[in-house]
Amino acid sequence: MNYKELFPIFENNKELVYLDTAATSQKPKSVLEAVWNYNINYNANPNRGGYKLGVKSTNLFLGGKKKVADFINAQSDEIIFTKGATESLNLLAYSYGLNELKEGDEILVGISSHHSNLVPWQEVSKKLRCKLKYIVLKADGDLDLEDLSEKLNENTKLVTISHGVNTTGVIHPIKDVVSLVREKTEAKIILDAAQTISHIKLDVKELDIDFLVFSGHKMFGPMGIGGLYAKKEMIEKMKPFLFGGDMIEFVEKENSTYRTDFQKFEGGTQNVEGVVGLSAAIDFIEEIGLGNIHSYEDEILNYATEKLKGLEGIKLYCDTVSHKTPVIAFNVEGVHPHDVAQVLDLKNVAIRTGHHCTQPLMKYLEVPSCCRASFSIYNTFEDIDKLVEGLEKVISYFK
Amino acid sequence: MDLDKIYTEVIMDHNKSRHNKRELENPDYTERGHNPNCGDDFTIQLKIEGNKIADGGFVGEGCAISTASASILFDLIIGREVEDGKRIVGNFLKMIKQEEISEDDREELEDAGLLENISNMPGRVKCATLAWNGVKVIFEKL
Repeated sequence: MNYKELFPIFENNKELVYLDTAATSQKPKSVLEAVWNYNINYNANPNRGGYKLGVKSTNLFLGGKKKVADFINAQSDEIIFTKGATESLNLLAYSYGLNELKEGDEILVGISSHHSNLVPWQEVSKKLRCKLKYIVLKADGDLDLEDLSEKLNENTKLVTISHGVNTTGVIHPIKDVVSLVREKTEAKIILDAAQTISHIKLDVKELDIDFLVFSGHKMFGPMGIGGLYAKKEMIEKMKPFLFGGDMIEFVEKENSTYRTDFQKFEGGTQNVEGVVGLSAAIDFIEEIGLGNIHSYEDEILNYATEKLKGLEGIKLYCDTVSHKTPVIAFNVEGVHPHDVAQVLDLKNVAIRTGHHCTQPLMKYLEVPSCCRASFSIYNTFEDIDKLVEGLEKVISYFK
Repeated sequence: MDLDKIYTEVIMDHNKSRHNKRELENPDYTERGHNPNCGDDFTIQLKIEGNKIADGGFVGEGCAISTASASILFDLIIGREVEDGKRIVGNFLKMIKQEEISEDDREELEDAGLLENISNMPGRVKCATLAWNGVKVIFEKL
């Protein structure tokens, strides 16, 4: 199945071997067309205008919200649109963390977390004098559930982990985490699903998590749109932190009242074209089928893993874990990742290097920095062969 | 641009040689420099005696360009007076930013002048200047 031809960017960059989907995914024609069509036919500020175009724009926005909700088995009024996962997590830190937590409460963060799901909790802990603890990993790179169990106690009020670790591709066992947390505490659970939402089916009700965050641009959608799922009773409890239009009920000179539902978090003109694009991205995913996407990506991942293992001087990280997103973290012995990326770039192979926004994880794994190749349905076996060719060049050049 | 124009002999030689990649026993000044995007992470150390740069070195992990550039830097400034060091560092940073420097200043840069083509590669400028910016921060404290 040739999925690559569904993505116009490869028409315009015929030599490009794009192996950085974990950073941002490319966009299929259908998503780009949806955004274009919105702007040439229906663009207006939603929720405000009393004219046909405004109503249409509003309906597209609400339609998009329903699409996202259905995608993860939530209700529409349990979805808040944001700029992306980072904003969603900060919204939680400001609106939930700062208002609901207090001194002495404990926050448990997976050490494999992206900075966006770590730094906000550092800030909350500092401000409120909470205790911030980290759940460590086993030798294979997966979450250490025994460690989690030991660290849970009656003071634990928040537990947050990555579902898919962006650096290594390891998928953490969220069901087991939820079981343990629910068994021992009253803590709320946040799942950072940015890396998994376009690879495996997520059902927030079945998972029984309290919050989930994701970004549109990592699932074939536009940049600048993402979301936060929160149980309805949480949304009603949480206080807004972004004040302005649409999130209010009444505004007097001295005082204002706010909406009580999800809309209190959607102040300001919403990114309707982003929602339209995201909606089209979900359609795209569902048309192919998450199962098909997953099995295609697994084929590419397995092929790439075998090929890289066959190269002398390549070290792979966390490659023995059975449950992974299509990501390979690796290093070339004796060659700094940046130099690897430079050589590959001259051959039009794009990989990511550095800390991958997970400095604590890198320190924990005792890896100063590493290379990361991440795949999607637009990658082919030929792409992997070009990666291997490039790496062989790296090895011989820096010998 | 082909590989040999980026990884020139001067860079590869300095990258392999470890003579400046060492920890000082009693450094007077320490400064950490970091490129989070690519993973360069150096700790720069200087020993100042009076107005002389008595010794210097760096430890940490970095790519070939940042490592070579750091090594070249220390070859240039160790044993020189602080005023000379400040001038040399200032001129290198100007050159990398593609600002004009005089022929004499360029000559003074010696091997560092050979890093000039890095100024055409925005992705590597931060690597080339990492150690130099660290030393500049130390000089500003003197």
